[in-house]
Amino acid sequence: MTTNSQKSRLDPEPIARRDFLGLSALFAAASTLLFALIGMLRLPKTSVLSSPAKKFPVVLPDSLAAGEAFVPPGRAVALFRDDKGVHAVSTICTHLGCVVKNNPEGFECPCHGSRFSTDGTVTKGPAPQPLPWLKVTRNGDKWVVDEGATVPKGTKAI
Amino acid sequence: MSTNTPNQTRSGLEKFWDNLRALPNYFRNAAFRTGAPNTDRTRSSFVFGNVFLHLHSVRTHLWSLKWTTTMGLGIATTAAFLITLVTGVLLMFYYKPYPDVAYLSMKDIHFIVPTGRFIRNIHRWAANIMVVTVILHMARAFYTASYRKPREFNWLMGIALLAITLGMSFTGYLLPWDQLAYWAITIGANIAQSPRELTDALSITQYFDPGGLIRLLLLGSDNVGPEALIRFYLLHIMILPLMLGILMGIHFWRIRKDGGLARPVDADARLGILPTTSYPVFTQAPAKTYQLAAIVRGRTPTVGRGPEATVPSMPHLFYAELAVLMFTVFLCVALALISDAPLKELANPSVPENPAKAPWYFLGLQELVSFSAFMGGIGVPTIVMIGLGLIPFLDREENGTGEWFGGTGGLPVVKRAIAIGLAVPIFIETIAIRFGWIREWFPQSPQIIVTLINPATLLTLAYALYSIYLVKRYNSTRAGALGLFTCFLCGFLVLTIIGTYLRGPNWVFYWSPADWPKH
Repeated sequence: MTTNSQKSRLDPEPIARRDFLGLSALFAAASTLLFALIGMLRLPKTSVLSSPAKKFPVVLPDSLAAGEAFVPPGRAVALFRDDKGVHAVSTICTHLGCVVKNNPEGFECPCHGSRFSTDGTVTKGPAPQPLPWLKVTRNGDKWVVDEGATVPKGTKAI
Repeated sequence: MSTNTPNQTRSGLEKFWDNLRALPNYFRNAAFRTGAPNTDRTRSSFVFGNVFLHLHSVRTHLWSLKWTTTMGLGIATTAAFLITLVTGVLLMFYYKPYPDVAYLSMKDIHFIVPTGRFIRNIHRWAANIMVVTVILHMARAFYTASYRKPREFNWLMGIALLAITLGMSFTGYLLPWDQLAYWAITIGANIAQSPRELTDALSITQYFDPGGLIRLLLLGSDNVGPEALIRFYLLHIMILPLMLGILMGIHFWRIRKDGGLARPVDADARLGILPTTSYPVFTQAPAKTYQLAAIVRGRTPTVGRGPEATVPSMPHLFYAELAVLMFTVFLCVALALISDAPLKELANPSVPENPAKAPWYFLGLQELVSFSAFMGGIGVPTIVMIGLGLIPFLDREENGTGEWFGGTGGLPVVKRAIAIGLAVPIFIETIAIRFGWIREWFPQSPQIIVTLINPATLLTLAYALYSIYLVKRYNSTRAGALGLFTCFLCGFLVLTIIGTYLRGPNWVFYWSPADWPKH
């Protein structure tokens, strides 16, 4: 009926010295382990990627007609040439990364049926983004495609 | 000299000879200290003297041993895991986790290594059986309302085990490095990246990109290459099995600590007269009561009487478990003899397999993913997982625990939920297949609309609304949970069948694979 009843139940209980020291030790151990864990997770987060070079040269065949796609062997890129210049469209589906196939109307994805027009715009299916246009530069009679750099739709290299 | 000569008169050499002859006995006594398990006391010692067996309690309630209580599904899952463990270690003798070399080593295992193909078939079938039994085991625990207090935590452990089991299967899918593997993992890794669908729509990807981070951690690169293969290998043979083993230990231990399997309050009365073959507890004056060794939670402590409806776990429970193990082994071996695990052409990063299909248990998700990568692959599965985890904390009712379709609503609700659960996805899929989806109707609609309104979200919404209706109609959370769980099982079934049998090249709908165009 004395001091205890006047104390609010929300007031913190006093902590014994030993409990406090014990809790401090536990806290120190837990935070050390947590930081060690974060440090360990740093290892599997790759900083240099092992994937092949993203820039590669292409020689376009003379017979390539306007509106016709040229796909360099082993690359997921389609190159087009018309009188305004050369441009490259990535053929990696923006949905789940399958390689889309070129056809006269544009591109179609074999995995989940996304369709794109020749300029990469999504016309059907689940793809959330248009196919990106990639940076193309001229180097003598070769065209250098950079898969790592995208350019706005309509940009053509001369 | 005969052996009954007193020891003190025998020479050191004779004693040595005696000890040598008694060696097998001494050795047996040192290893199995309690002797043959043929009395109540030695049967108990047999269990709690053994580090592996003592995950079980010493005595098992007869209700737990009834075939219809569990159908052995949990033990079958464990058995399948043990089979994959043994066969997996055997396969590691030859498998080399490096692109192209991996494929060649798979061919070696398939065509050259003695019993290689057989062992791989068993591994693959056991993995498939494990997925089936873990799902059925969860359904059993749900429909018998076994997740309720005090077993909420073990239900959560079970959900974690389900997720790890699926992870084990999925990581194993890449290892053959054939076309099937390569493209399934490409799709899987991009599903992991699909939170970008949302962050892109909100234009915050350059500041906050969880999708890209998960994909980078999973693949170790920006494409599926050597780094990805070694990571999936590491997950498959080390990280996930370790996690699985630890969680399995907790899961089993908790069964015992939660008072054995869930059973109805009046289980003893329902069982009727005990069979004469069982061993009642207090036949011989016990040296100590086993309750001291196993303090369990329960509503009524057994005071002044023995728990008469229990039998010693050795032999009753262990022989039943052994029978399930043997049946699982038989099933895996039989299936392995009948059907070979597939091995397609070497992975080709420039030509996707068409259709590129994930393992069958992910094909339902793949069907949803074909409308929105994020919602189908991450959003809805996360909602389902959270919903499953919340069930025991929301359903605090007590009637019907331990009974099939127990609780308010019961079997009638389940039957109606089956009808709804089948009808809704069939209806939504029919519209999507027959008339297309938003992008075909309104080509200009922004991505966020497609992400938010698609078959995956509509199906989830319909099921959730039906479940809320059931909660109101029956005034019971259990009725709502019964409806929701049944609906999701049905949805899983419908979508898996569509993804497996009715989707062909370019993910186009075909009534039968026979109609697929030849290429």
